[in-house]
Amino acid sequence: MAALNNLTEHLESFVDVTRSPSHHADSLKAIASSLEKGVLSINQLVVEMDMYLTTTDDVIRARGILLLAEMLNHLKEKPLDTAVVQSLAGFFTAKLAEWKSVRGALTGCLALIKRKDVAGLVTATDAEAMAKAMIKSVQVQSLALHDRKICFELLECLLEQYPEAMINMGNLIVYATCEAIDGEKDPPCLMIAFHIVELLTQLFPSPSSSPLAAEASDLFDIISCYFPLHYTHTKGDEASIPREELSRRLSLAISSTPFFEPYAIPLLLEKLSSSLTVAKVDSLRCLNDCVVKYGVNRMKKHYKDLWPALKDALYSFTETDLSFGLESLTSPGFEMGEIHREAVDLLQRLVKQDISFLGLVVDDPRVNMISDTISRYSQFEDMPDTSKLEILVVSQILCVSARASVESCNKIFETFFFRLMNTLGIVEKVSSGDLVHNENSTASIKLYHGGLHLCIELLTASKDLIPSSEESSSTPWCSIVNRFSVSLIEAFTSVVQSSYDECSADAYLGVKGLLAMGMLCGGSSPVSKSEFEKILKTLTSIITAQRAKTVKWELALKALICMGSFIDRYSEREKAMSYMGVVVENLVSLACSSHCSLPYPMILEATSEVCSTRPQYVEKMVQGFEEAFCSSFSDFYVNGNSKPIENCSQLLECVTNKLLPRVTEIDGLEKFLVHFAISMWNQIESSVVFSYDVSGREFVEAAMKTMRQIVGVALVDSQNSIIQKAYNVISSSTLPAMESIPLTFAALEGLHRDLSTRDELILSLFASVIIGASPKASLPDVKSLIKLFMVSFLKGYIPAAQALGSIVNKLGISSDCSLEEACDIIFHQSFASGNNISSDDTDKTICGSETLLSKICLGFYGSVDLQTRAITGLAWIGKGLLMRGDGRVNEIALVLMECLKSSNSSGNALHPSAMKHAADAFLILMSDSEVCLNRKFHAVIRPLYKQRFFSITVPILESLIVNSQTPLSRTMLHVALAHVISNVPVTVILDNTKKLLPMILEGLSALSVDAVDKETLFSLLLVLSGTLTDIKGQQSVSDNAHKIIECLVKLTSYRHLMVVRETAIQCLATLLELPHGRIYPFRREVLQAVTKALDDPKRRVREEAIKCRQAWTSITSRS
Amino acid sequence: MVSGLINENPIVYERKERRDVRTDSSNTNELSVDTIDQLEVFDHIRDIKDPEHPYSLEQLKVLTEDSVEVDDSKSHVRVTFTPTVEHCSMATIIGLCVRVKLMRSLPSRYKIDIRVAPGTHATEAAVNKQLNDKERVAAALENPNLVEMVDECLSPSFE
Repeated sequence: MAALNNLTEHLESFVDVTRSPSHHADSLKAIASSLEKGVLSINQLVVEMDMYLTTTDDVIRARGILLLAEMLNHLKEKPLDTAVVQSLAGFFTAKLAEWKSVRGALTGCLALIKRKDVAGLVTATDAEAMAKAMIKSVQVQSLALHDRKICFELLECLLEQYPEAMINMGNLIVYATCEAIDGEKDPPCLMIAFHIVELLTQLFPSPSSSPLAAEASDLFDIISCYFPLHYTHTKGDEASIPREELSRRLSLAISSTPFFEPYAIPLLLEKLSSSLTVAKVDSLRCLNDCVVKYGVNRMKKHYKDLWPALKDALYSFTETDLSFGLESLTSPGFEMGEIHREAVDLLQRLVKQDISFLGLVVDDPRVNMISDTISRYSQFEDMPDTSKLEILVVSQILCVSARASVESCNKIFETFFFRLMNTLGIVEKVSSGDLVHNENSTASIKLYHGGLHLCIELLTASKDLIPSSEESSSTPWCSIVNRFSVSLIEAFTSVVQSSYDECSADAYLGVKGLLAMGMLCGGSSPVSKSEFEKILKTLTSIITAQRAKTVKWELALKALICMGSFIDRYSEREKAMSYMGVVVENLVSLACSSHCSLPYPMILEATSEVCSTRPQYVEKMVQGFEEAFCSSFSDFYVNGNSKPIENCSQLLECVTNKLLPRVTEIDGLEKFLVHFAISMWNQIESSVVFSYDVSGREFVEAAMKTMRQIVGVALVDSQNSIIQKAYNVISSSTLPAMESIPLTFAALEGLHRDLSTRDELILSLFASVIIGASPKASLPDVKSLIKLFMVSFLKGYIPAAQALGSIVNKLGISSDCSLEEACDIIFHQSFASGNNISSDDTDKTICGSETLLSKICLGFYGSVDLQTRAITGLAWIGKGLLMRGDGRVNEIALVLMECLKSSNSSGNALHPSAMKHAADAFLILMSDSEVCLNRKFHAVIRPLYKQRFFSITVPILESLIVNSQTPLSRTMLHVALAHVISNVPVTVILDNTKKLLPMILEGLSALSVDAVDKETLFSLLLVLSGTLTDIKGQQSVSDNAHKIIECLVKLTSYRHLMVVRETAIQCLATLLELPHGRIYPFRREVLQAVTKALDDPKRRVREEAIKCRQAWTSITSRS
Repeated sequence: MVSGLINENPIVYERKERRDVRTDSSNTNELSVDTIDQLEVFDHIRDIKDPEHPYSLEQLKVLTEDSVEVDDSKSHVRVTFTPTVEHCSMATIIGLCVRVKLMRSLPSRYKIDIRVAPGTHATEAAVNKQLNDKERVAAALENPNLVEMVDECLSPSFE
């Protein structure tokens, strides 16, 4: 009963028109939800509403009916009793006659009709009655916008769901539609109205006895007046339906039935001749639809009018310049406008649908004039714009027609190709067998650019129409091309070869022509194998004959790449073989021999680009590169020549930059690269002496990079085989001897960089292998490797330290040495196995400051050099541990911080250089390295490791800074802190702004003293600027405003780095966002500084200064 | 008092390309000095809006790059502007805008000379005298109406 009480309340509230719309919506929702839950049935509702539905008060009755209708709308998914639906349908149909409650009646009818796939559908008879009632009593155009929309929706639904009932109504429904739509101006309504027309025409498809046949003219008149669509009001709701969409609908409506044809085509042709772009584009699109729907027979009689109009549209484009650039080698070479694009589409559609349309094209006098135009000018640049336009458009017309179908292609070739060849003076050759080199025939060739362009475009357009080999009968156009192919290739070749650098058009047309001929692939291609090879040979010889990068060289290379990928895409076995034989092998052999006029980097570029088109070529290339590497390398160590080692570096760079990034795209590349890496090791193994100078240094760098990355991308198994190979090489060298170096302090003290260059190369490469290896790869004899790396990094080889970091980072359970043991070796054990070097202290239990390594770091023993190396090494080891989340990094951090103290446990400060290294160690620990320990090299990375390190070290560093006694130690501690702060994610800083801000500011002033710290200073300044703009930091920024401004003002004249000055000034401008009262007192100070910055030596700073000065001035002048 | 616009239908020219300060090659070298040059000074004033029309002085060819003469070593700059019509009463306002903008943008060591191009204005001498008289300029900038007008014209050039 409570539900019913509420109901009355809600009903009252809905019916009361004085209430606000939100009240109405609330009560609707409440009633709907009780209906949905089943608390209330629709019958009960109707009974309850009795009074509202029958009262004589028009307003209340209208609201009541609307309420009932809205309820039905909510219940579209709910099954209802058929009888209920029937009576409701009757009710709403009857109410259509009452204009005062027409909104509710329409909504109700629509809600009922929209019911789908649930129990309780409106019957066809009811639907028909509804339609008739609507036609009889509702004057659509006299209604308001929303009601009109409902009317159209209702009509649309009726046509969609009850087609039979609507057909029964015959003429009536057509009349009614005409009447309803006539005069409609609203886009959302028109969207539906056009769809209604489309639906209507689908109801009556047959030509005879259709009510449409008689009414077509009227109906078309009503919709055609909208064409072409033009929005007068672009603001407001109308814009919600884009013009494009509505225009598409209209076009569909116009093309919906062939009955419209006699009216539509003349109209469209007339609109096409208009000067409005929109009208032209729309007409072309609509014609395209009509051609499809109306059919050939009906369209045929319009061809005579259609062709001139279409031709005008094609000629309408203004761009007459043909681009001879690299990028247009595979595209038409000019920009098409919208009109032009649509016109081209229409032409292709027409020719495709009816070949007889082509007759008009072929017989057109303007098209036939083309030979004359061509033969008037030999160079494209010399032509006047009108001739250029003529040639571009005619070639476009012919190409599009040729592309439409095989028949059209045949016809175009039969009529135009001979004539074209004649104009160009290209003579047909009987067969490729008897190539009689007739001097006269080549001399008579007249290579007009226009003709060449047309010829190339035709060949390119027809390349998709080559029949597959199953259709054995050779098509006429293929045989025509076949007859000329030899001469054509010769002609194109002579164009390229005769071209010189200033005239790119010659080179472009020649290469494009050869490319077009080469692309004529397929079963019965008109280009034979030997001709194809000739094309490839010509292009390859262009590449190899150059001495520098010219336009011609780049064009030829691009053409070869296109052909390569084309062959791969259509898997042409035979062509691929030719390509391999002519192009790939030729280029690869060039890479192997160093005797070529072409610079080595260009050979490599050409080879790698060409070969990456197909996996087989890649294989060949990597093999070739391997061979080239081996021969150059051995040439180097036998003859001591520096040229081959430069080649080696370039080769490796090519492998790293060109091949490695594509390892996922090219199948099997990984395998070849691993093979390459192993043969690098083989080569190094067999080299006996290796000494190098500067170029050798570059080689080592390149080799390390390549090795690292190959190992990085290789699968675990391949990694294992590389590691094994590398380990064998190591074992056979003199390096293992280093493991037995007694690591007494005396012995360590005596260490120098005393490795032979060959050993150094081996060591660096081996370190690279370890750096790139994944945690799953198995390392042999980890313990002695660790010792080897320990000794070498103490000798000053940084890669060894990085490798050690990688080892401790990735060491897993599978290895023969656990992380515990590894750390034991690094931190505790004296390195020489069993050789106890207990010096003055005996306590080696903790891995903190009491271990040998930390003692070296702290400078207890040994020289400064040894100390700095130990510190850097320790940092890399620490990085490895930090990233995997190992606790031992804390102790390393403590050691490093101990190094920074003004007086450490031994009572005296460290050497400044050692301190500097210790401070920079924090950068190593926190920053992301490109070289090792990153995702690419499979590092074990624990989430949030930077945050953890931040929270451990920052408090300690802070207290150390407060207590530091010497300025040097203080500065160094600030450097360390700056490294930590500037490498942690900015959100962490923002959470701690209050605590950090004073430290950052102090750091900025400490770092600004020495030019050495300029980069660190800049990154710290960036952190500060990040806090200024964020809402979280606002309060503490406001509190510290005076200090911040003081600090920034000082930095505006920082001499050593322009970006610092620039950023400082930008920060000052940002500070204006703070409350006016807070910053006003500083204006004089700031303006003074910024005015000084107006005279900064750098333009960028001056620019910022002007903006900042203006901003600060305006707060003073406005007050 | 003439009502309506002084030049009702000015010819609008195209803007010239700008120098991209970000990609200047000198950015890599800390020690190199970018001296203040013609183009830089022109960049300061080219976007000043005409008091009458919603176009910049550059678009109306009141100012061109060649109308600026700079001598950085002597800290001197001279701007010669060409009013669109001979009897333009806006000439003083335009000149004042240019002067204010340069005062705000150039280092204080600079001496700024503003003048009307010879033979392009009816009261050329008077305008030149007015624009280069320190005290008259200062007095003009005491006038709140004038300052508001100048600030409005300058606002696009600070973006």
